[in-house]
Amino acid sequence: MNFLSALGDGLVIARRNLIKLKRVPEVLVFVLLSPIMFVLLFAYVFGSAIDIPGGSYREFLMAGIFGQTVVFGATFTGAGLAEDMQRGIIDRFRSLPMSRAAVVFGRTASDVIYNIITLTVMATAGLIVGWRIRGSLLDALAGFLLLLLFAYSVSWIMALLGLSVPSPEVLNNASFIVIFPMTFIANTFVPAESLPTVLRVFAEWNPISSLVQATRELFGNIPPGTPEPASWALQNPVIYTVSCACLIIAVFAPLAVRRYIRVAKKT
Amino acid sequence: MKEIIHATGLVKRYGEVVALDGLDLSVREGTIVALLGPNGAGKTTAVSVLTTLIEPDEGTATVAGIDVLSDPAEVRKLIGLSGQYAAVDRDLTGFENLDMIGRLYHLGRKKARSRARELLDRFDLADAADRPVKTYSGGMRRRLDLAGALVAESPVLFLDEPTTGLDLISRRELWRLIRTLVDQGATLLLTTQYLEEADRLADDVLVIDKGKTIAHGTVDDLKDMVGGERIEIKVTDRDDLAAAHEILENAAVGDLQGDERSRTVVAPVSGGTRELGEVLEAFESHRVRISEVVLRRPTLDDVFLALTGASAESSEETPAPAKPGRRGRGSR
Ligand SMILES: Nc1ncnc2c1ncn2[C@@H]1O[C@H](COP(=O)(O)OP(=O)(O)OP(=O)(O)O)[C@@H](O)[C@H]1O
Ligand SMILES: [Mg+2]
Repeated sequence: MNFLSALGDGLVIARRNLIKLKRVPEVLVFVLLSPIMFVLLFAYVFGSAIDIPGGSYREFLMAGIFGQTVVFGATFTGAGLAEDMQRGIIDRFRSLPMSRAAVVFGRTASDVIYNIITLTVMATAGLIVGWRIRGSLLDALAGFLLLLLFAYSVSWIMALLGLSVPSPEVLNNASFIVIFPMTFIANTFVPAESLPTVLRVFAEWNPISSLVQATRELFGNIPPGTPEPASWALQNPVIYTVSCACLIIAVFAPLAVRRYIRVAKKT
Repeated sequence: MKEIIHATGLVKRYGEVVALDGLDLSVREGTIVALLGPNGAGKTTAVSVLTTLIEPDEGTATVAGIDVLSDPAEVRKLIGLSGQYAAVDRDLTGFENLDMIGRLYHLGRKKARSRARELLDRFDLADAADRPVKTYSGGMRRRLDLAGALVAESPVLFLDEPTTGLDLISRRELWRLIRTLVDQGATLLLTTQYLEEADRLADDVLVIDKGKTIAHGTVDDLKDMVGGERIEIKVTDRDDLAAAHEILENAAVGDLQGDERSRTVVAPVSGGTRELGEVLEAFESHRVRISEVVLRRPTLDDVFLALTGASAESSEETPAPAKPGRRGRGSR
């Protein structure tokens, strides 16, 4: 089994997942409606209630919402795999001469497409409610790529979880318990400096913070006169985020593939 | 002729349940072998081992000379499988399902598409080809799953209860298709509950029960094994059943089988038409009226009941070791 045919198999599976996106309306709701809801909710509920000196809180928020949404979106990878494992089609895959890694690779790959759609929708909604990109377009593009890369890495964690739980529902609940605090004990919605000490230290090294910090910088959404962040991670957010993403992929991709092979072998 | 599927001493346990208990199996190239056995006999488990889906606890198996345990990836290139439960994606259309399977067999984009259309035609699914599978009926899903097994024109086919849930026309059509494939050189292992299917299709029959082979041979071999002929008599009046039993008991060389509702009694005999004449005379003299008389060779049903009769009734969830002998008739 050479690498190219493994890649080909992964793409076949990714294509299948995307076809399902069209057919299953619940998925569409998840990919399209909930991000719009997030943007509107945060923009109008918090965005108008909180003022930050020298800038617009609504603009400050947007990178946080993007970050939170794509990280949450990774749950989808796990839930999709958990569901696949319950369905009859997996028996077909197991008897075909396809790469053993294709089902997991295909799933994480199709979720990149989901995230591209989600980000496009959110950015559009953001622009409508008054968010603006203040830096160069190229920087902004880099910001979006960074969001995609980091979301991709979290997909692999969720893939491993999805293959380890008995049903998609369990995964949704479990990941909520983990991801929710992860995205809140960060600089997504408030500056990290304003948090109590223990939380602040966590927030300063939380890769979700660095992801949001980096995109905020790349979008030019940091108000002038904001003090320099305290941690190295937030001072060099792009390097730190990319390193974290690569580390997560390097650790979790092999684990997830191995887990799939083990789960698929049983029964 | 070359042996294409070979298994020795397969054992598979699920806790207390012994699904396979030292199963041996051999299929020659270009033949059709039917696995027969009551529910829970281990047919699906045997197919799963041979198609690399599960690993046996003991024993070895090869497909086309390739070891199922040490080289499953190579085995998968050579086989087509349609399992007992349809393994298709319900959110995809029939065409998308087959196209995907073709791509995963690495047929290439063009070949996968044309093969998908061709099979949808063959299985009379062309009209439904572009509808999601969740809108299909049970029989349509079954047909799509069977088509999936044939996508790559694999040399070795495994079909687990292929015609369960199919209507008569689809079943006949599938039989024709299977025969054609095998005439072209494919080898087929199938399991079935329809003995007529085994009778029609199979070159060899393997009767398994409680995870072991209990009989093996051509359909004729098995019929000879059970022996002789059968006289089957249907009485006009239900009250005469007891009398019919008594008369046939004298002529029979083995246990009688009777069914009260259809008012029939079946007796294994060895004397052919002469015996039949005597039996009919006896009915005449006892003034027992008959509405149907048949003298026939044993059917596979007779073979099946004779071989597995006792266990078909008592095997449900009993992990006890196989006990030979028969006790009443099967309850299937
Ligand atoms: N995953 C499993 N876990 C526990 N027991 C199992 C499992 N799979 C099969 N068995 C048991 O193994 C035995 C053989 O099952 P198998 O499915 O092979 O029977 P079968 O001959 O295909 O029956 P049927 O005609 O009903 O399809 C049964 O007693 C069944 O309960
Ligand atoms: Mg079965």
